Amino acid sequence: MEKKVSIEQVCVLAGKIMLQSGAETYRVEDTMNRIATAFGVKNPQSYATPTGINFAVDVAEETYFLRITTRSTDLHKVAEVNTISRSITAGELNLREAFSSLIEVDNDGLLYHAWIRIIVAAFVSGCFTIMFGGVWNDFIPALVAGGFGYAGMLGVDRLLEIRFVSEFLGAVIIGFITVICIYTGIGKEMDKIIIGGVMPLVPGLLITNAVRDLISGHLVSGLSKGIEASITAFAIGAGIAAIIAFA
Amino acid sequence: MDITAQLVTSFIAAAGFGILFNAPKNALIQCGLIGMIGWILYYLLSANGLDVVPSTILAAMLVAILSYVCSKIYRMPIIIFHVSGIIPLVPGGSAYDAMRHFVINDYYTAVQLSSKVMLLSGGIAIGLMFSEVISQIVRKFAATKR
Repeated sequence: MEKKVSIEQVCVLAGKIMLQSGAETYRVEDTMNRIATAFGVKNPQSYATPTGINFAVDVAEETYFLRITTRSTDLHKVAEVNTISRSITAGELNLREAFSSLIEVDNDGLLYHAWIRIIVAAFVSGCFTIMFGGVWNDFIPALVAGGFGYAGMLGVDRLLEIRFVSEFLGAVIIGFITVICIYTGIGKEMDKIIIGGVMPLVPGLLITNAVRDLISGHLVSGLSKGIEASITAFAIGAGIAAIIAFA
Repeated sequence: MDITAQLVTSFIAAAGFGILFNAPKNALIQCGLIGMIGWILYYLLSANGLDVVPSTILAAMLVAILSYVCSKIYRMPIIIFHVSGIIPLVPGGSAYDAMRHFVINDYYTAVQLSSKVMLLSGGIAIGLMFSEVISQIVRKFAATKR
């Protein structure tokens, strides 16, 4: 006999997957409330922040709590949970089926292999250099710098679980390659190459999500995401500055 | 020639960010197209003398409308299309620039650039709110008609 699956377990698991995959806070709370309502809960209470979830089926009921430690961006999982929540609302899944399909989504690996992501990051860097008004001569240096920087960030991230260090070292690699390119005369404009190269690392999504959360009234989430974004920006700026100071 | 290069590079950049963010495979082309259209609007407006903040707001509004339409057609959360669409508009470059001036002790330029980053991300947020406004109006309108 398997253990009974409760509504709280399903809701908290759905919320956990979405928060870890970088969904907006209001969407996480909305999804948990929708799932609970679909299973007949009258007054679900959910409170999500970037670092934890609280959920209760009613105001004075037991509250379930879950700590979120790692956050990344994985839109594919957000889409999967969204589909599951839609079919729950449509009454196509019962509690046990919903729980097992959510566990499946949770255990899913990344959609694209690390090599593909590195190559893509390289091309993204090159393209951003052109978009920000760089010359075509700088395309190849930005491509190489961005690719190696992103690869370095992924590698260090796997070794050490401190984001700050991996972003810092990624930026150091980008700065180093750019300076070499400028010295040997392959690259023309240092600023354009560096901006293109760091684009895959910059927390653009976090900045925008933070402002959006603040405007829609999720003050705690908005502030903490804003801080996360500025720490990342600081790590990147410091990494580049470390190279420029010695160049 | 210039505009062709911008079209191609912004498409690759937006679709590439879709891959970096693990967007579902069948949404990548749409992500690239939305990013491309938004960036071209921004590029044309700012090249013709409009200030960057209003250009960003208008481009973000266009991205928001397109993402709303796509999310309804393909039945996916709107965030998938938003993210890759607005990435070219996000002031990541300026944020980095501001930080670089902070660490080399050039505080005047750094504070100026950070205020600009604040304004630009506020502009993007305003543009994105626009899609929410549309969706609520559409929902209310449909509800009253029934």
